[in-house]
Amino acid sequence: MTDLKRPLIAEAPQSAAACAHCGALLAPGQGRFCCTGCEAAYGLVRGLGLDAFYRRRESADGVLRPEISAPAFDALPLIREDADGVKSLELMISGLTCGACVWLVEQALAAEADVINARVSFSTRRLDLRWRGPAARGNELIALLSRFGFRVAPYTPACLRAAEDVEGRTLIRALGIAAFGAMNVMLVSIAVWVGEDMGAHTREFMHWLAALIGLPTVLVAGMPFYRSATNALRAGRVNMDMAVSLGVLATTSMSLIETFRNGPYTWFDGATALLALLLAGRVLDRAARKKARQAVAELLALQDGMVALIATDGTTRLVPAASVEAGQCVQIAAGETLRLDGQAGVETLLDTAAITGESLPRGFALGAALPAGAVNMGAPFTLEVTAPARDGSLAAMARLLEAAEQSKGRFVSIADRAARFYVPIAHAIAVATFLLWWLGFGALWQEALVNAVCVLLITCPCGLAIAVPAVQVVANGALFKRGVLVASPTALERLATADCAVLDKTGTLTEGRPVLIPEGQDPQTLRAAAGMARASRHPLAKALVRACPEAPLMQGTREIPGQGLEAGAARLGSPVFCDVAGVSDGMVLVFRAGADAAPVIFRFADRLRADALQAVADLKALGLPVELLSGDGPGAVASAAIASGIATWRAEADPHAKAAYIKSLKAAGRKPLMVGDGINDTAALAAAHVAASPAGATDLAQTTADIVLQREGLVVLPEAIRIARRAQILARQNIGFSLAYNVIAVPAAISGLVNPLIAALVMASSSLIVIANALRAGRV
Amino acid sequence: MEALILLVPVSLLLGALGLIGFLWALRSRQYDDLEGAAARILFDDQPGKDPPP
Repeated sequence: MTDLKRPLIAEAPQSAAACAHCGALLAPGQGRFCCTGCEAAYGLVRGLGLDAFYRRRESADGVLRPEISAPAFDALPLIREDADGVKSLELMISGLTCGACVWLVEQALAAEADVINARVSFSTRRLDLRWRGPAARGNELIALLSRFGFRVAPYTPACLRAAEDVEGRTLIRALGIAAFGAMNVMLVSIAVWVGEDMGAHTREFMHWLAALIGLPTVLVAGMPFYRSATNALRAGRVNMDMAVSLGVLATTSMSLIETFRNGPYTWFDGATALLALLLAGRVLDRAARKKARQAVAELLALQDGMVALIATDGTTRLVPAASVEAGQCVQIAAGETLRLDGQAGVETLLDTAAITGESLPRGFALGAALPAGAVNMGAPFTLEVTAPARDGSLAAMARLLEAAEQSKGRFVSIADRAARFYVPIAHAIAVATFLLWWLGFGALWQEALVNAVCVLLITCPCGLAIAVPAVQVVANGALFKRGVLVASPTALERLATADCAVLDKTGTLTEGRPVLIPEGQDPQTLRAAAGMARASRHPLAKALVRACPEAPLMQGTREIPGQGLEAGAARLGSPVFCDVAGVSDGMVLVFRAGADAAPVIFRFADRLRADALQAVADLKALGLPVELLSGDGPGAVASAAIASGIATWRAEADPHAKAAYIKSLKAAGRKPLMVGDGINDTAALAAAHVAASPAGATDLAQTTADIVLQREGLVVLPEAIRIARRAQILARQNIGFSLAYNVIAVPAAISGLVNPLIAALVMASSSLIVIANALRAGRV
Repeated sequence: MEALILLVPVSLLLGALGLIGFLWALRSRQYDDLEGAAARILFDDQPGKDPPP
């Protein structure tokens, strides 16, 4: 009975169809790995005896694929040396997607004999590395990490600002203190409430005990609210924190008076519990947005950088781009992004897609102005800087942004709108209650004050203050799970109210990079051509490599910038370079295996995103008419518009025209949602009612956008709008409920029918109802 | 009621100890990487390594 059947599970499932390292789906004909980089990384992981990593890996497929040519980055200037010769380095590490990645990085570094300490912080993406030995080891250790597929960047001040969440820590501290205070005061207060046979002396002891705990708690833990309320008052506004502060402080001072008088009840429990509840909401809200800020800072760090400054004695050293002055020279390597405006003494080939939206690299003549943000596609050259970073074209764009964002800052959230009419009314009613009892009914002023404070306690907008934050926390969490980062606190509200959508073409509606059009090319020829293309950073060459990622680099390949590649007699490049007539230049590469072999033509196209049609249809179904606004030529824009089902389109719009168009829409009373990825879109993004940037957008676009899509594809955008709209409905329901509750409870308080126990119970139940309602925001 | 004289201070002292512990944990940055800490407890022990010379 041994020849029954084959074993049911022959091998680990990923070796059947997915890359054994990064988990990406394999193309037919590929062995166990999707590319040579993954194969090398897999060998490295196994060699270190760390293959437990693959059993724990939870990262999205394909994330860990090592870059074909990882950008060089010199860590030497960042390394610090202690007195006893220990070197230390702080790095930002990208590509950490789960705990297993943290484990792999730490173990792989710890396995190096000279590494003393390697510790990764998962949520801040920060790696603290310490080792004993020469400083040059730092670069070797970084190279080790990039061979696994992790991308490493200097830990910049921007990262630090995002991680160093001082305000967040203050909130957590206040929450801890408030929770401690509330629980202990409650212990005492419940004894007073139920202990009706309690003697007067015991009750007084209990009151003083409650005051001893409650007073410091209210003063310390309430600080975030008092500070926000005074800031708002100074700016001449009222906000919800002001109602909270007044309610809490009035309740506390009233309780203090009752303690001195040894009255039947004090309300320290209500004040502290209210603070704890509100602080918990704030802490959660902040944690949700911290993730978004962190992700943006991570993107920035990868793109932020140092430039190689050529000193007067001819040596080069890496310095921050911001410190370079006009007239100095920097070395630009092949494939490097220009960080400063300048000019070169040679002809250059630059990819300006991020600045103008053109999809192909363009030659610049000798002495022409080279814009910052362009990528060098040709040979290395020396850039003579014409403007320091603070006066350059990127800074000008940033100023344009600031101006636009200030106008956006005037947006008033629904919670603040509610506070604007609610706070004055609530306080007016409290004052009126006091006057009514004191003067109207001739009651003692203490008794009148108790009733007035009861009004304040009841109207203290517990439900109202958490009505909106609770919904936002849940909705942001639901969006985060779908790969949508919400960077601005009012973004959801603005997204829900958007009434038309304006999309950019290159990189937004399309993938923003050329893709080989399959025309039945011979696999062997494709492999040979891709092997040559590996030597180049030209976008078409990279597209060819993506079409055949397993092809090994053809040895001896030489690049002739702006024309093509040469390896012996084989040539790959523009039609002119390969002596082929009758083929239009553009998105075409020609390959000749030898001097007299027949030329093979590879055509490329900037493909529409696979879900573009679906996303546009969904947006329309949600009632948002869709328009296309692009800097590209009319032909390309029209065909993209027709293919994706967009009726209205505008071509050849420069950054100012884009921003002006968005502003004209707003002036006409529309609320445009702008989606764009390039530097040329940022002004329009900032001007829009709400802005989103797709996966792979430039850093400037990502920081400007309110909503950053992390995963490929646009179809998540309509879904985000649905979630945002649902969140708005729930927020309105919550506000409505809180107000209705006040309408019933306040008359009872004015008439003196409510004792503090009932007030506290009713208040807590209203908060619970509001929170339970908010939980529905995640279900769409 | 005499029990209160003893029990109330004891309960407050225990609570205060908890609060101090929380503030200490916050100050020593143990709340900075909550996700990492959650994953870290599942890691195997560090492989043995010779102390550096």
